[in-house]
Amino acid sequence: SVTGVCRAIQKLTRVRVVDNSALGNTPYHRPPKCIHVYNKTGVGKVGDTILLAIKGEKKKALIVGQKMPGPPMTPRFDSNNVVLIEDNGNPAGTRIKTPIPYILRRREGEFSKVLAIARNFV
Amino acid sequence: RSSSDGEPAKFKPPPKPVIIDKQKQTVERRFLSPEFIPPRGRTNPLKFYIERKDMIQRRKVFNIPEFYVGHILAVTAADPYANGKASRFVGICIQRGGKGLGATFVLRNVIEDQGVEICYELYSPRIQEIQVLKLEKRLDDNLMYLRDALPEYSTFDVNMKPESHLDQEEIPVNKLQVRMKPKPWSKRWERPKYNIKGIKFELPEEKMKEAQKWNKPWLEFDMLREYDTSKIEEKIWKEVNEELKK
Repeated sequence: SVTGVCRAIQKLTRVRVVDNSALGNTPYHRPPKCIHVYNKTGVGKVGDTILLAIKGEKKKALIVGQKMPGPPMTPRFDSNNVVLIEDNGNPAGTRIKTPIPYILRRREGEFSKVLAIARNFV
Repeated sequence: RSSSDGEPAKFKPPPKPVIIDKQKQTVERRFLSPEFIPPRGRTNPLKFYIERKDMIQRRKVFNIPEFYVGHILAVTAADPYANGKASRFVGICIQRGGKGLGATFVLRNVIEDQGVEICYELYSPRIQEIQVLKLEKRLDDNLMYLRDALPEYSTFDVNMKPESHLDQEEIPVNKLQVRMKPKPWSKRWERPKYNIKGIKFELPEEKMKEAQKWNKPWLEFDMLREYDTSKIEEKIWKEVNEELKK
């Protein structure tokens, strides 16, 4: 049996890649898993960077939605969503269809390019 | 009425008389929001009285409409990070929790194949408008099982027009039986603890019988768990109405 969906993101959680990059959308026999969270605590929330293992490669990613309920007035998604990102912060894909929380706009400096390709906000 | 054809006009029966009985008083629908009722405990009632005064103050400034679980609402909240400073979310109310000023309600919607839920605080000054788009009660008080139901039951159009409703006595109850995704679910909704009537269980008979093993029929007769709110509600209803009229 497999563990249920993890609420916040830590090592070995399976995540769902949400942008239209090639790495994220080509099917592979193993789902993309988190191997490291760039945080003092090992728990990643919305807006944290994590390291993913996809198709046998390591790739950084940004958490855009989690199953864990956060502060009130923030959205809670039904799956842990993630956007693939390069080391300098450039997103790997060109479009993000799924809704993104407005809270990410607080760090507009780091995530400006990701927010620019996002289409829906919640 | 002479018709131009020369044929005899069709017999139209006279309109039925509408009898308005002014002596018979129409019973107004009493709705006291569930967060006014204080929880059962040993806290000083003064605390709830002060909280109710604050809640009524807020209601005088900002209109919180009457709504139940199962209504479809559109909420505009102030957000410093949204363009236009306000963000609008449309969804079905799946749960109303909390008492007093911390009362919350959770709205759920499925946008672009992604289920989103937002927990709003009723008395938060960040909320700018609550609009009821569709009036509809459901068979249950808690629609958390919509998370494990097929996504079509949680999708609602973001640009839905508000339904005009008259101040009738009854809110229509939608007896929809929801179909679920295959198991495993987040909670075992078939168990009698949740007492859910709004799911169409397609499980085999043995599973339903096995779920009844967890039935606790003695709970409804437990006297220590009794909390009769009818008298408290009457008092609070009078108090709230008097304050609101001032």
